[in-house]
Amino acid sequence: MTSEPRIIERKALDQLLEALTQEGYQVVGPTLGDGAIVYGPVQASEDFPVGWTDEQEGGVYRLKKREDKALFGYVVGPHSWKKYLHPPERRLWTGQASGTDFELTPEPVETARFAFFGVRSCELHAIEIQDRVFIHNDHVDEDYKARRENAFVVVVQCGQAGKTCFCVSMNTGPKAESGYDLALTEILDEGRHFFHAVAGSPKGAAILQQVETRSATSSDSAEAEEAVQKARGQMGRTLNTKGVKELLQENPEHPRWDSVAERCLSCANCTMVCPTCFCSTVEDTTDLTGDHTERWQKWDSCFTMDFSYLHGGSVRASTKSRYRQWLTHKLSSWIDQFDSSGCVGCGRCVTWCPVGIDLTEEVRSIREENTVRLPSKREASNGNA
Amino acid sequence: MAGKKKPKVAVWKFASCDGCQLSLLDCEDELLAVAEAIEIANFPEASRAVVKGPYDLSLVEGSITTPHDEERIHQVRRSSKFLVTIGACATAGGIQALRNFKDVQDFVSIVYATPDYIDTLAKSSAISDHVRVDFELRGCPINKYQLVEVVSAYLKDRKPVTPAHSVCVECKRRGTVCVMVSQGTLCMGPVVHAGCGAICPAYDRGCYGCFGPKETPNTESLSEWFKDHGMGNEELVRAYRSFNAYATPFRKESERHD
Repeated sequence: MTSEPRIIERKALDQLLEALTQEGYQVVGPTLGDGAIVYGPVQASEDFPVGWTDEQEGGVYRLKKREDKALFGYVVGPHSWKKYLHPPERRLWTGQASGTDFELTPEPVETARFAFFGVRSCELHAIEIQDRVFIHNDHVDEDYKARRENAFVVVVQCGQAGKTCFCVSMNTGPKAESGYDLALTEILDEGRHFFHAVAGSPKGAAILQQVETRSATSSDSAEAEEAVQKARGQMGRTLNTKGVKELLQENPEHPRWDSVAERCLSCANCTMVCPTCFCSTVEDTTDLTGDHTERWQKWDSCFTMDFSYLHGGSVRASTKSRYRQWLTHKLSSWIDQFDSSGCVGCGRCVTWCPVGIDLTEEVRSIREENTVRLPSKREASNGNA
Repeated sequence: MAGKKKPKVAVWKFASCDGCQLSLLDCEDELLAVAEAIEIANFPEASRAVVKGPYDLSLVEGSITTPHDEERIHQVRRSSKFLVTIGACATAGGIQALRNFKDVQDFVSIVYATPDYIDTLAKSSAISDHVRVDFELRGCPINKYQLVEVVSAYLKDRKPVTPAHSVCVECKRRGTVCVMVSQGTLCMGPVVHAGCGAICPAYDRGCYGCFGPKETPNTESLSEWFKDHGMGNEELVRAYRSFNAYATPFRKESERHD
């Protein structure tokens, strides 16, 4: 469902935050922190990065002052909503020995109710991808499910795109069409500053009713549409997805894997910032007495040696095999596994790779050299690196 | 271990600053539990009392720098069932391995009034260069929680959880923004072994590499980044030559730029 669009004036936006808080939500959204726009608690609209923007490139992120007082005048940063839905570290259970017996106590399912304020279209698609992994699967992650079901999603449509953005290529943006409770578009021009608001669910509509609004005119809606169109035209990257599933599966020995491995630090940053990467490990510990034990779930990455450790050693010992695994899973075998690509085109892995490895560039190179079936010879003759 | 005798644990010091063995005393909250679980048989920083060997678990701090220590480490090995090195000195030769890149006799003649009294080896070396080591715990100094983890794991005969992946993983799990990407700050994190909890980047500093090289460190690629960000050869050499200067990947990388 989508409701008739309403207009929330800038000065009334705090009413929306208050309404969410009143409903028992813990509002989290973009804030300034550590030289970047990161997700954290938001109490009032002034907590958003007012008047800030970001500039991004492969391996580079910089905050810049804007000339206006926009609240959402930037793209995605190093954090993603998965830190709330699929926390980086979570205790699964504790075990206590007593005499010859022991007792296991599962960690209670998290019941925090988050309102995610400022979700971008690519991020909403990423959440939906993780839903398929954690909820719509044979093995349901009850903790994720509870967090997800409790969450209220406020989309903010993108009015600009960054240099590492490519949601248009992945068909995941820039406009969120569904799956949200509320969708806002920020309009700022000629002294006017307001939000075009559309409810996408009954609970979104109910919240919107608690806020001072007026109905949107057709020109307001046209302006909102125009803002998103502007973002559409600003994509800094493109990725040709045509046949990419087959392309990667047919090219496990492509020379490009060797050259990317020379640069890849196997540091795991790309997977940690990726909003769809879902892998975790479990760590079991005992204390000194040996009577108390805990199992923790922690974010893991296919770039570590332990990730593919089987009896006798790691299956993917080389960085080449690990990068290939990641990219091929993300863009190709993910489709076999979950019926969609694992990439939403947010560009985080490009920006937050310290050495700026760019998956769109890797795919382009593999595609361009795809006719070559004797990679080592070709690599030697043209020095492709 | 109910009903069994408490394992005898000895702490041994070689060339080092004592910081790592002090981590054991620094355990504070866990200290009573440690004392409950093990018998401290030899621990110079805590007590002069020495219980005779053999020892079930030996924690070895420091590097081998003298002919005498070269002998002594073999005695320690012979009297220990399980030998764990603690810290960068014992594991990689420590900061004192900086001398390995120079002629130590030159230093001796400059520093000491009577160089004849000094009997030292040409190189500061890791314990594993001399005897078999059962487990190496990284860090300068070690992380006390990891030390408790290693002792707890030993007591339960399981593998300690001390992942060898990058510091980056720890930064990301705690939500720290990458200082390389957001500020262009030089950081060793992508090639450094986790374990400290990514302290420095959380305080806006690059990682100094206290825990030494991680598994599969791509130092060449990181050096390219350093050079692109204005670092000259001299600074590059210094970046790799600190507490873990003689750990093979760091030694080789520094030598490439020396």
